[in-house]
Formats: sequence, structure tokens, C-alpha cells
Amino acid sequence: MVGLLVGAAACAKDDDGGSGTTASSCDNKIAFFGALTGGNAQLGINIRDGAKLAVDEYNKANADCKVSLVEKDSAGDPAQASGLATSVVQDAKILGVVGPAFSGESKVANPILSGEGVVIITPSATNPALATQGVKTFHRALGNDASQGPGAAFYMKGVMKVTKTFVIDDASEYGKGLADQVKSTLGPIVIGSAVVKEQQTDFGTLVQEINKSGADSIFWGGYLREAAPFLKQFRDAGGKAKFVAGDGVKDPKFVEGAGAAAAEGAILTCPCVPPEKAGGTFAADYKTATGRDASTYSAEAFDAANILLQGIKAGNTTRDKLETFVDGYTGEGVTTKFKFQENGDIDPSAVAVWAYTVKSGQIVALERTPTS
Amino acid sequence: MNFKFVIDNFAALTVTGLTQGSIYALVALGYTLVYGVLRLINFAHSEVFMIGTFATTIIWAALGFGVGAAAPSTLGVLGLILVAVIAAGAASGATALVLERVAYRPLRKRNAPPLIFLISAIGASVALMEAAGAITSRQPRGMPSLVFPKVQFSLFGADVTNLQIGIIFSALLMWIGLDTFINRSRLGRGVRAVAQNPEVAALMGVNKDRVIMLIFVLGGAMAGGASVLYDVKVGLTTYSVGFLIGLKAFTAAVLGGIGNLRGALLGGLLLGVVENYGAGVFGNQWMDVVAFVVLVVVLLFRPNGLLGESLGRARA
Repeated sequence: MVGLLVGAAACAKDDDGGSGTTASSCDNKIAFFGALTGGNAQLGINIRDGAKLAVDEYNKANADCKVSLVEKDSAGDPAQASGLATSVVQDAKILGVVGPAFSGESKVANPILSGEGVVIITPSATNPALATQGVKTFHRALGNDASQGPGAAFYMKGVMKVTKTFVIDDASEYGKGLADQVKSTLGPIVIGSAVVKEQQTDFGTLVQEINKSGADSIFWGGYLREAAPFLKQFRDAGGKAKFVAGDGVKDPKFVEGAGAAAAEGAILTCPCVPPEKAGGTFAADYKTATGRDASTYSAEAFDAANILLQGIKAGNTTRDKLETFVDGYTGEGVTTKFKFQENGDIDPSAVAVWAYTVKSGQIVALERTPTS
Repeated sequence: MNFKFVIDNFAALTVTGLTQGSIYALVALGYTLVYGVLRLINFAHSEVFMIGTFATTIIWAALGFGVGAAAPSTLGVLGLILVAVIAAGAASGATALVLERVAYRPLRKRNAPPLIFLISAIGASVALMEAAGAITSRQPRGMPSLVFPKVQFSLFGADVTNLQIGIIFSALLMWIGLDTFINRSRLGRGVRAVAQNPEVAALMGVNKDRVIMLIFVLGGAMAGGASVLYDVKVGLTTYSVGFLIGLKAFTAAVLGGIGNLRGALLGGLLLGVVENYGAGVFGNQWMDVVAFVVLVVVLLFRPNGLLGESLGRARA
């Protein structure tokens, strides 16, 4: 696996000898935009530290022309996003942003940032609609919510070798979108489908229906709040079919709710690269720099920052030039091989969807899902 | 529409429906008791139930039966359930009592119109739910499986598990206990007297305030018991868990005849079974539609519910 992800931490350090940069094009800035305080601060801190590692490594290699990282703490609150975004655009030295971290604040901040040409690379906001908002400078360093659908389906077909799948969704934008993609990718393998309701906790009828259908696997498009009691009741009723779900379920709370015994062996997909499986020396470097293990979105943030830094390194020291650079960028990061589509979403072939499983009550990474 | 599925699995759907219905019925008792005496719909009762679900997980975790704990022995299971029933019953009963003191009694003393009570009830419900949401960061709280279902026997092709038997049997037991208490004990006679005619009951020396406190505590304790069964069955709780269960239980109470203990039991079981059939025929997402259409149709023909409204009159 690691062989696929060529160690590209070196990208930032890659000194091609061209130190012909003038003083005026130095001391550029990139900004981190996300929650460092508040209830969702942990994700923001993961992202900030990933970006910080990239900047620090860059500055070590380019001591004569440093780039600084500005931290914009949004507390994850969309209401604060417009003010913060304005403060970013007013600082002409800020060329690009790693973030905004969440989809809610992105909806507010992206148009403001893009209006002044600030390059946006989010390492974490996965709402598909962000790419269709008409924000010119938007880029997403990972797959969106919908992109894990094909990955999950290919994994079921190619690796798990399922032959009869029952597809369930919760009618939410996320769940239904995901389930629909799995259905269209699996085709005739899907032998039945059902819709559950938000907050439903009793699945007696559905469990019987699935057991009668003879399905050997279940795909769940939805969140853990419904998935956990469902799986518990399904296993309680003797259901043996394999359980597959998306990142809405990938949370220790799911194992807790379903019970470790029922959750054992469940396959959970996520368009997020397990940090310990990121390429190069990223995981070790991160640990050295922060004293903590790399966690969700750290590696994506590291890659996002590195793309911006490579652009700056290549002399693209205005927002417009940097935007052109990122739009045309192709290269290996520690998470995947980057290439952006017209709308800013990562190219479908580059989306790294990973399969995780529940093993002895823990969610552990298995492998990257096949792309066909 | 999938009639074949329902006909083929009629017995199985009935059993799972009865299991869910038992929980509705226990919660419905709280609505019915309060309505029977005060003619008040205690909308915050759903939150009384929610508090019970959390009390159960907290006491279990405190006793070492937290997430990841090994399954206890049979004796341990009974012990944990007993402790949980006491803890959840106490927590829910106390919540109901505080509700009465804070949200309803001051209004009663001022002879507030019924609409004000309704607003106060909804306000208390939202306040409790949001407080629980804030404390738990809106994260669900899981718990380990206490009872591992094993098929005990087959009834008309339906596999009946020990968990299902346990839930239905426990709910019936609690209902019988409450019914006996209301109909046989001296305190229960006081409750019936106040329900029939508060003024005359007061003249006869019944302390009305104490009766009202009693019914809130009793209703809360029943919801606490229901919350333990719910936790054992579902294994996951969250701050908003009371909303749907509360709505269904209220529906069950109205279906059976609100103010009527037997009505609450009948309504709960019936609602659980009917919505299960409905989900089988029309698909899972139509479950609530079927449940409420049935309610409306029943009320068209029996405006007072299946068994009529009465806590005081018909000894029921």
C-alpha cells in the first residue's frame, strides 16, 4: 500500500536549487481556517498541526525565504466565518487557505475568500454542494461525501465478493446520495432496499424482511444513531449478512451502541486516509513535531499546505498565479495522487476511499478500496 | 405494497410489535395518570423517559458494566436490571416530581387557564431535552449488551426470544402492579377520588397536592421502568430519544382512552403491533403514517378512545 503513496513529504523540501527569489516575494503567508476552540476543536487542531508540520518543514528547507502560517480560529461557527474570511482577504500576504474545516463555515466563507482570489484547499469539508456553489478558487483535498459510494461498492464486489446486497438509507441528503451510488455501482447484486427514518430505534420489520430476503450483505447509507440499534437488533435476530456503511457510521460510538459483538467485522468506508498509513515519514514526523499520533484529517491538511507551498516555492507569489498553479497541479501527496477537477473537487481517480473494519471492538484500517 | 410479506411473517411481526408496544404502554401510563387527575397533558413526560435511559447507563457504568464490559452471569443480569429499575425509576420519578413543583404547581395555585399549562409543559420538555443535549454534547451514549437473545420457542412460525419475553412480561408486571395499587390501596383510592371530583375528595380529607405528587412520581417510575427495557432492547440512547417515544406513547394513551390505565396498556400494545404491520405492508418509512392514520380512524368512531376516558369511574 505504501508503495502506491510515494513518500511525498519530500515535495516541500525538494530543493531544486532555484533560490532566485527576491526579498519582496518572501514572507508570504498561508492561513489555517477552522475550529481551534469549541466542541469540534479536536478536528481543527488535527488540521492545524498537519498544516503547521508542512510549513515548518518548508521553512527548514528554505530558511532564506520563509512562509508563515496564520491561524484563524472559527470555533466551527458559521456565524463567525464571514468576519474571519474578511480578515483573511484584507491581509494581502495571505495567498491561500488550508480550510475552512467544516462545510457549514465553508458555505459562508468560500465566496468571500474567492471574491478576492484567495486560494482555498479544504482538507476536511466534504459536503458535495461546496463544489457546485460557483466558488472559483475552491479545491478539496479529499473525496466528498458522495465519492465513497463507488469505492464502497467496488470493495463489496471485488474484495468481499458479495452476491446479494440489501441497501438501506435514511432519506437524508448524505445517506440517500451514498446509497444511490452504491445501488447504481452494484447493479443487479442489489436484491432489495428500504428506507429508515431519522431517530428510528425499532427495526423488527426490517430485520425480518432482510433475513427472509437471503441477502449476504447490507449496505447502510446513513448515520450511526440509526445504524447502531439496527445492527444490534439484526444480529440479535440471528442475521448473518455482512454489514457495510459509510463514514457517517465510522465512529467508536457505533461500536459502543451496537455492542462490540454485533459490530465485529462490520466494514466502514471513509474518504479519509488513515494517518498511520499515509505515505513517507509523515506519521513519524507528525509524532515528533506534536508529541501526538496523527489523527483524522492531519495528513490531508499536510498535503493541502504542501500544494500551496510548492506553488509559492515555484514563484507564484500572487493569489492569481497561485490559483492557476493549484488548478493545474498534479503530484503525489502523502494521502493520494492529487489532480483537481474544474469545480475544485479532487479527480474521481484520485479519491482515496479506505475500508475500515471493527476488530475486537476497535475500528482499524484495512486497505484502500479498489477504483473499479 | 407487500401483503405477502406480512401474511408470511404475521406471527413474527406480532411478537416484535408487542415488544415495542410494551414500552409505549409503560410510558403511556404516565400521560394517562396525569391526565386522569389533572386533565393536563404532560408533554414533558417524554423527557422523564429520556432521563431514565441515561440514569440506566450511568448506574451500569458506575457498577463496572460500562462499554466493553464482559457479559455478566444470569444472576448478574437480574441484579443489574433490578438496580437499573430502581435507579431509573428514582431518577425519572424525581424528574417528574420536580416538573410538577416547578412547571405546574405554581400555575395551579394561580388558577392559570389550560393553555398556559400546555405552554409550560412544552417549555419544560424543550428545556430538559436541550439541557441533556448540551451536557452530552449531543452525542449518543451506548451500553454493552445485557441480554443476548436466544430463541426460546416457536409460536406459529415466529421465533420468540428470551429478550422479547422478558420485555413483554416485565411491562405487564409493572402494569399489574400499578393497576392494583390504584384500585386496591388506600392511596390509590385517594387518586381515584381526586380524579372523580377534586372538591368532594378534598372535603372527605384527601390531600389533593399529595395525590398529584403521587401520580407524577408513579408515572415517572413507570417511564423509568420503560427506559430500562428500552436500553436493554436498543442499547443506545441520546438526548432526543424521548421525543418520538413520547409522541407514540401519548398516541397510545389517546388510542386506548386517555385517563384509563387499561386503555394505556391496550393502546400501547395495539399501536406497536399495528405500526409494525403497516411498516411491513407499505415499507418501513410509512410506519408513522400508518400509526397516526389508525389513530385518527379509531377516534372517528370512538372519540374517547377504545376503552373510554376514566380513571375514577370504572375502577380502571
